[in-house]
Amino acid sequence: MTKTERSEATRHVRGEDEVRRLAYLSERTRYDIIDTLGVIGSGHPGPSLSIVEILVALYFNEMAVYPDAPKHTERDRFILSKGHGALGLYAVLSLAGFFARDELFTFECLGSRLQGHPDARLTPGVEVSTGSLGQGLSFAVGTAIAARLGSKAFRSYCLLGDGETQEGNVWEAAMTASKYRLDNLLAIVDWNGLQGGVTLEVMPSMEPYLAKWEAFGWHALDVPGHDLAALLAAMDTARATSGKPTVIVARTVKGHGVSYMENQVGWHSGTVEGENLATAFREIGARLQAFGEEVTA
Amino acid sequence: MTRWKMASLREALGQTLRDIGNEHPNMVVVNADLRNSVKSNYFVDAFPERTIDVGIAEQNMIGVAAGLASAGYIPFALTFARFASKRAADQISMCVDYSFNNVNIIGAYAGIFTGRQGVSQQTLEDTASMRAMPNMTVIDTADVVEIAHVLRFAAAYQGPVYIRIGRDEWPVVFGDDYRFELGKGQWLRRGGDVAIMNSGLMLSHSLDAAESLAAEGIEASVINMPTVKPIDAALIADVAESIGAIVTVENHSILGGFGGAVAEVVVETHPAPMERIGVPDEYSESAPNADLAERHRLTAPFIAEAARRVVGRKASTRSNGGGVRDG
Repeated sequence: MTKTERSEATRHVRGEDEVRRLAYLSERTRYDIIDTLGVIGSGHPGPSLSIVEILVALYFNEMAVYPDAPKHTERDRFILSKGHGALGLYAVLSLAGFFARDELFTFECLGSRLQGHPDARLTPGVEVSTGSLGQGLSFAVGTAIAARLGSKAFRSYCLLGDGETQEGNVWEAAMTASKYRLDNLLAIVDWNGLQGGVTLEVMPSMEPYLAKWEAFGWHALDVPGHDLAALLAAMDTARATSGKPTVIVARTVKGHGVSYMENQVGWHSGTVEGENLATAFREIGARLQAFGEEVTA
Repeated sequence: MTRWKMASLREALGQTLRDIGNEHPNMVVVNADLRNSVKSNYFVDAFPERTIDVGIAEQNMIGVAAGLASAGYIPFALTFARFASKRAADQISMCVDYSFNNVNIIGAYAGIFTGRQGVSQQTLEDTASMRAMPNMTVIDTADVVEIAHVLRFAAAYQGPVYIRIGRDEWPVVFGDDYRFELGKGQWLRRGGDVAIMNSGLMLSHSLDAAESLAAEGIEASVINMPTVKPIDAALIADVAESIGAIVTVENHSILGGFGGAVAEVVVETHPAPMERIGVPDEYSESAPNADLAERHRLTAPFIAEAARRVVGRKASTRSNGGGVRDG
């Protein structure tokens, strides 16, 4: 079975076993994120760990992905608008077979295909270069319109940061998506409540948040962002929604899955080493063992 | 001086886009309002299903166009040069240039001749910023004939392109024999005393200047260089060496634009006396085009004056033994 066929076989499967499989893949992803940070030293652990379940649900269940042919014309498009979550994306892409796991350890090194923020020309599976915030949703609107124009079935997915939606460009894109009734577009906001070095509360308020998207003509869903069953159900709802785009506001925890990083603004970016590294491996390793896998740091 | 036939630049833009739409079924137009100003309404009327209107939202326009390009469409994203090159500069850098998406960006109303609308609708620095983007092709256009050829080139070319286009009724310089070749200058007149190198709307003035210089015994070459990037470095180096006196002419700030691009090649190959005709380092204003041209010294007599100066400098440099002295 090719990687692409394997991915196709699990698309839209539902049930407890599937949720358990995705939960296991989420811990594998977390392990690879921490392993990479431990090897190369520093990075953005917080914003990568908060999006793990979202990425795993997309890449291992929801989307049509072609790891053997990343530019396949029928592929679903995924745009990581919050480019600082790059390491989370790379961990999932390697787990899905877009490139070898060993390549993760070249992250942010000179000559690597894995840049600090996603690079469309270097990394298999990356659609557009991001990291300058606020731009990805416009690109996803473009691919969604392209699908419509070409009568193609592929869907477009865009993952944004909560703080990122302070950018005006996001709302320009939101207006256009609703004007063109892009029900083949799903935006997901990683609402972890922290941004950069501070909490969202010190910024201009974005509340009432779901109502803002609704006012822009979107179907808005409030979903616990680490609950895989809830994420899959929301994606079902989005696919069943016609005539308007859907946004999932995923309530997540920055640094989720590593106890001392959770909800700590200081772990937006940083160095994982020594006792911190050992603790992270121990916590994730214990959960992996519960799935029946022996893991040594 | 030559009596030039006139034709509307923006009409040429709009009508050519419609014609290209007939030739390329996967061409799309992404508008950020302004469809009546940049005349994309011809395309809109002919191909409403291939028209995407994003509102007055230039940043969004660029991202949407890049997404369409990534899925195999040929988008033309149209707005004024100021809004494309400044407001959406980062989106152009990230989504188009760095990501290498096949988006054709039309910077309309480029330069100062924008129909008395003043500084907020003029653009003096777009060539400077666009040509500093590593993957960008930057082209300026001189008349309606060149516009039609350059737009057809862009539709067929794979990669990011930024095209400067004017607004008004403008002298038609070229005829049916015009050919556009990316990165190549075009000799319109040959003379050995000085080379007038033009990019964009000042071409009729450049030719008029050469004619008046000839009347006083100064033989000027006139070379049109629509492609500012990639610049025709071989041609510039050859001209710097063989003619040895250069005047660049453009409807753009003298900082960082076509003149800057030529100067970069000249100093690194065959340093030669050179002057840049363009908008000096200052803002323009609201006024009729002819008055603005006078105010900023963008007319044939000023080009001729600059030519005389570089010819004089060339003569004094050569009589001094090429300016090279032994310590």
